[in-house]
Amino acid sequence: MSRAVGALLRKELQLELRAPQIVPAMALFSVSTLVVFHFALQRGQVAGDLAAGVLWVTLLFAAMLGTSRLFVADHEEGGLDAFLLAPVDRTALLVAKVAALLAFLAAVELVAVPAFAILLLGPAPSAGELARLVAVLALADAGIAVTGTLVGALAVQTRARDLLVPLLALPLLIPVVIGAAKATTPLFAEAGAGSLPLRWVAILALYDLLFGLLAYALFDFLVED
Amino acid sequence: MRYGTRLTTLSLLTAATMTAALALAFFYAPMDADQGFMQKIFYVHVPLAIVALCGFVFGGVMAIQHLRTRDPRYDLRSYVAIHLSLVLGAGVLVTGAIWAKASWGHWWVWDEPTLVSFLIIFLLYATYQPLRFSIEDPERQARYASVFAITAGAFVPLNFVAVRLAQSYTHPRVFATADGGLPPRMQVAFLVSLAAFALLFVTLWRYEMTSKHASAQLRSLRRKLTADGDRGLPARGRSAAPSLPSP
Amino acid sequence: MAAAPAIELDGLTRRYGERVALDGVTVSVPAGATLVVFGPNGAGKSTLLRVLATLLRPHAGAARVLGRALPGEGWAVRGHLGLLAHEPLLYGDLTARENLRFHARLHGVARGRAEALLEHVGLAARADERVHTFSRGMVQRLAVCRAVLHEPELLLLDEPRAHLDPAAAALVEPLIGAGDGRTRVVTSHDPSGGLAEADLALGLRAGRAELLRRAADVDPAEIGRLYR
Repeated sequence: MSRAVGALLRKELQLELRAPQIVPAMALFSVSTLVVFHFALQRGQVAGDLAAGVLWVTLLFAAMLGTSRLFVADHEEGGLDAFLLAPVDRTALLVAKVAALLAFLAAVELVAVPAFAILLLGPAPSAGELARLVAVLALADAGIAVTGTLVGALAVQTRARDLLVPLLALPLLIPVVIGAAKATTPLFAEAGAGSLPLRWVAILALYDLLFGLLAYALFDFLVED
Repeated sequence: MRYGTRLTTLSLLTAATMTAALALAFFYAPMDADQGFMQKIFYVHVPLAIVALCGFVFGGVMAIQHLRTRDPRYDLRSYVAIHLSLVLGAGVLVTGAIWAKASWGHWWVWDEPTLVSFLIIFLLYATYQPLRFSIEDPERQARYASVFAITAGAFVPLNFVAVRLAQSYTHPRVFATADGGLPPRMQVAFLVSLAAFALLFVTLWRYEMTSKHASAQLRSLRRKLTADGDRGLPARGRSAAPSLPSP
Repeated sequence: MAAAPAIELDGLTRRYGERVALDGVTVSVPAGATLVVFGPNGAGKSTLLRVLATLLRPHAGAARVLGRALPGEGWAVRGHLGLLAHEPLLYGDLTARENLRFHARLHGVARGRAEALLEHVGLAARADERVHTFSRGMVQRLAVCRAVLHEPELLLLDEPRAHLDPAAAALVEPLIGAGDGRTRVVTSHDPSGGLAEADLALGLRAGRAELLRRAADVDPAEIGRLYR
């Protein structure tokens, strides 16, 4: 199965590198959103819980764009059939898609987080805070990637794909928003950063586990006929 | 399963229990010291919420059965349960808002984690019918709807936990759990009310199941009567509701 | 030695909502034989191929492919069948070589085989160009490569010579033609051509098998009647 996951992931990355659609759009959208926040909040700088909120809303909405496009290339080129014909466990497709979405999110964050720090963040983060931020990003991204893959697979077969993805995914991702926002708030505090509240990290991990299991159990039913 | 049987009995029983619940709530249960008369809405709001949540979970369980057995009847059961629970859910939010306005002067408060969680659940399940409607292939529609119902059903408890943890509320818990903290007369009224709404759900569920089965039978009879198969039938438009195969 | 039939269908039924796409199709195809399937559009030919390819599960009736029961044992059969469908099942943004290598990896086939096939169908020169720059005929040739990459025992071909000029058709013939003990199911709209290369003929209309006989015993005119 790892051979299949490798082949699928390689194909995803090749496609995106060859004809970049998803990552540039997400990155550009994040930066635009940050600018909109500046004008909407009428502030030059944010800190603490407001900063966490701005960052996570931006990342979440950018993720919705990516999720909508995740299965489109396969759907249009009849590509899922090609995979289904191979003597390969269907879970390989799930793992590959989650890994691909995770990679896309990470690439976007390489742009969005520095942009956020430059454009809107008040207190300058230290190395330790950055490391902790990366840890929270990783956990939250895993949750977004798993839920996104499940929702993306559900929505790709429907007629109103771009509308349905946010409608389905946003309520399902609220626990991720809760955990991530609460976990990163102390990192952006004005009067010097606090430590990482473990309770929220635990919530994120629990979410990742639960949805990981759900996706593993249900994904086959979405791709098989 | 013959859903049409016992409908009259169930309806009468539901009506009777509802009347009893209303009577108990208004005349038997004592007035709440803090909140006065508006607290009585608690006897509608909480049972509605409990029944709706159970309905969603039941929909999820039926969906699991549907995926396991591929029997479209389970899909129909799941669909009816979820769509009824959604209607009840709207009732929960409305009664919650009324009560919030009466208690705190605002139509919505973020302090009550159960209500907030319910809003999220409602928003999620509100996408169930649009999701179904936008998938044309009936078999795929049923299958995807079941995946959604299971995901949403599993999400319900996680959501409640997450929201409860998130609300660092200073506001006192207004709804003490039904088991503890309620004086006995209130408990009686509450339990009867809960029974009444549960019966309402079951009765409505059966009515809708009967109606759907009847339409399916009617269509299959029509098909058998028109000699040239399904060319003689009026085209069935796209629909969010599951179709049953001819029995 | 009597080998088990490659395909055994008994009352195969597949629905699409209230419409029936395949209605009680019963046919048995011996190993190494070619079955040609005729029928107007919407008769169920593509559905039949997709069920045989394990992409669709039967709603009623029994289906055995290469000795395995569908849908339960479909996973065991996939590596031994090749499908050439209406859609080429290729990614337009990837090159021909990348497409074949992707399939090779999925099937666990050595890279060299992909190269040899590209060479054989005359696409080696353009192997590093993106597929969406190819003509439809070239895409079809590449799709044939994809279908036979893993040397399947059972070939499911949906109008294989569509979009191919005679020269291209000749190139792909050794890959998808009868021979090497391959069992084939071919859909066709060409009565005489289809019958000539087949052992068994199946005529579908509205999902039902209206005709099922040895190809040699079928008159092309009878095929014409299916379309009326």
